[in-house]
Amino acid sequence: MLGTTFILALRSIRRHLLRSFLTVLGIVIGVAAVVAMVTLGKATTLQVQKSIASLGTNVLQIRPGQGFGRGGGGPRPPDFDPRDVEAIGKQITGVTAVAPQAQSTGTAIYEGANWSTTINGTTNGYFEVQPWALASGRYFTPAEESAGKAVCIIGNTVYTNLYKTRNALGTRMRIAGISCDVIGILSTKGQSGFGGDQDDVVIMPIKAVQRRMTGNTDVRLILVGVDQAYSTAQVQASITDLLRERRHITGGKEDDFNIFDTKQISDTLSTTTTLLTNIVTAVAGISLIVGGIGIMNIMLVSVTERTREIGIRLAIGAVANEVLMQFLVEAVVLSCLGGLIGLLLGQVAVILLSVLGQLPFIFDVQINVIAFLISGAIGVVFGFFPARRAASLNPIDALRHE
Amino acid sequence: MGAAAGSAVADGIPDPLIRLRGVTKTYGTGATAFQALKGVDLDIATGDFVAVMGPSGSGKSTTMNILGCLDVPTDGEFIFMGHHVESLDRDQRALLRRKYFGFVFQGFNLLARTSALENVELPLLYRGDAKAERREMALAALDQVGLKDWWDHTPGELSGGQQQRVAIARAIATKPAVLLADEPTGNLDSERSVEIMELLSDLNKHAGITVLMVTHEPDMAAFAKTIVHFKDGLVERTEAGHAQGERVG
Ligand SMILES: Nc1ncnc2c1ncn2[C@@H]1O[C@H](COP(=O)(O)OP(=O)(O)OP(=O)(O)O)[C@@H](O)[C@H]1O
Ligand SMILES: [Mg+2]
Repeated sequence: MLGTTFILALRSIRRHLLRSFLTVLGIVIGVAAVVAMVTLGKATTLQVQKSIASLGTNVLQIRPGQGFGRGGGGPRPPDFDPRDVEAIGKQITGVTAVAPQAQSTGTAIYEGANWSTTINGTTNGYFEVQPWALASGRYFTPAEESAGKAVCIIGNTVYTNLYKTRNALGTRMRIAGISCDVIGILSTKGQSGFGGDQDDVVIMPIKAVQRRMTGNTDVRLILVGVDQAYSTAQVQASITDLLRERRHITGGKEDDFNIFDTKQISDTLSTTTTLLTNIVTAVAGISLIVGGIGIMNIMLVSVTERTREIGIRLAIGAVANEVLMQFLVEAVVLSCLGGLIGLLLGQVAVILLSVLGQLPFIFDVQINVIAFLISGAIGVVFGFFPARRAASLNPIDALRHE
Repeated sequence: MGAAAGSAVADGIPDPLIRLRGVTKTYGTGATAFQALKGVDLDIATGDFVAVMGPSGSGKSTTMNILGCLDVPTDGEFIFMGHHVESLDRDQRALLRRKYFGFVFQGFNLLARTSALENVELPLLYRGDAKAERREMALAALDQVGLKDWWDHTPGELSGGQQQRVAIARAIATKPAVLLADEPTGNLDSERSVEIMELLSDLNKHAGITVLMVTHEPDMAAFAKTIVHFKDGLVERTEAGHAQGERVG
């Protein structure tokens, strides 16, 4: 009997194709909106997490000063000493790697091409703290590090701007007025989550940068990799104690350095994007309910309009339940079809917005299934009342209906 | 043989196919109540072709609705094939209609924007027939009314006479025991009307379907074996029709 009812429902939807489509427009839009919002929300969360991950997960960044937006007046707190870096590496438990960083800028020149870029002086520890694969070449040797040799590993942006597609390994380029041998080319990392091209960089041993460029042994930034088994908060606290001691900050005096915990930031941002996604999805969900009311409205009109048809069906022997099922199935089939169109539309929206917003494209099976089931449920809920009205019609009156 | 109680016995059937006893029908209640039937007694034997005649408002359609199990009498008995229809509920009557009755209406009442074939298939669909069987029976019914080649036309693409023939095909597709037709030729010109009457008469004679038909036109009633005259909610008289002598069985 359900098979029959299904055929009848499909036939009558086909008979009123335009109206059927208009009927389900609300569901179409609602489902599309819900799917698009949830998927884009997840994509955004993923994007944020990826941005944070590009800084390295479980990484502490230690800078002199009191952090973003704090401090103000007074003399600038001193940079760190290379021995601070050493101390952190040796004395703090739960630390996997430490990398000091000294920065400079300068123009890189190779055979007539020149490119202004950031020069990052560090150690091999840098590549341990935040894994960054080489496209070709090698990292520094211990000898190069300790001697501060003028060797450099270049980011992809620098490579393409100076060398196009030519071989760079083993060549000697000039950077900020000194010659340096190119020993490695980094794989592409892309934009950072905060804007800015992460591949626009030349990495050299920190001693080379200090001696030949900055002219001092100051360390502007220390990156600390934290073992997964340890809590970043705990390691952060130990480092704070150590640095306070080494920088002679006593009693109630505030730290003159700050430690930025990427994991904590990542968690905060994820919570925020999830909350925003939920709010937007709830709004989209409301349009689903509005869509359901649309279905009920049109189904009621349809019952009135098709009173004579109902009369014919009853006269030739349809029992009340069959008429009820017919209209109910019709409503459910309609809303499910609307749901399907909505899913397709939602995917299109996701693809377009992913491209526009430079978000990763994801296909979330779960939300598609849920949205589809909800559209079916809406058909049942909002189709029931009109269907019951149809089933309760008196065949004689219905047949006489104009 | 007329529609009197005795005819069925003469046919060797213990009960008539249809028996109405003291059937009344009152529309409305209280001050606005109106008694459309005032105690109708009527027996119809299997294989009969009955024309119901009478002035407007005499209760012909009301009686047909009761006979077709579309409505129940306010009082009295309606026995169909041994079933006391007056005490059946809505769905039981629907099942009875599905099994034994075919309906033809004055206004054709075909589903719009639906092919002739799908219209004819409709009662078979409710009966739960399989697709192939449904198609075969529907096409056979269309063939019987001479519209086999028109199976894919919608009512809008058919003339009035053709639409009524599709309606008849729909009514006979299930091979019903009784065909009820309330003014089947009311919307047709006389030439088309005669064609329809010939078709009904043919179905009665060769398919063995008992036909009950309301008509205002004596020309159409002439095709019947029995003519029942209604007046003021009562059966005024019953007479043998012109087709009486051709009766088979
Ligand atoms: N649903 C109804 N409610 C109230 N009165 C009704 C209803 N149906 C029929 N009647 C009344 O019952 C009487 C008999 O109606 P019925 O339709 O049986 O007449 P009829 O013999 O078929 O007439 P016609 O030849 O005009 O079709 C009429 O007076 C009519 O007004
Ligand atoms: Mg009438």
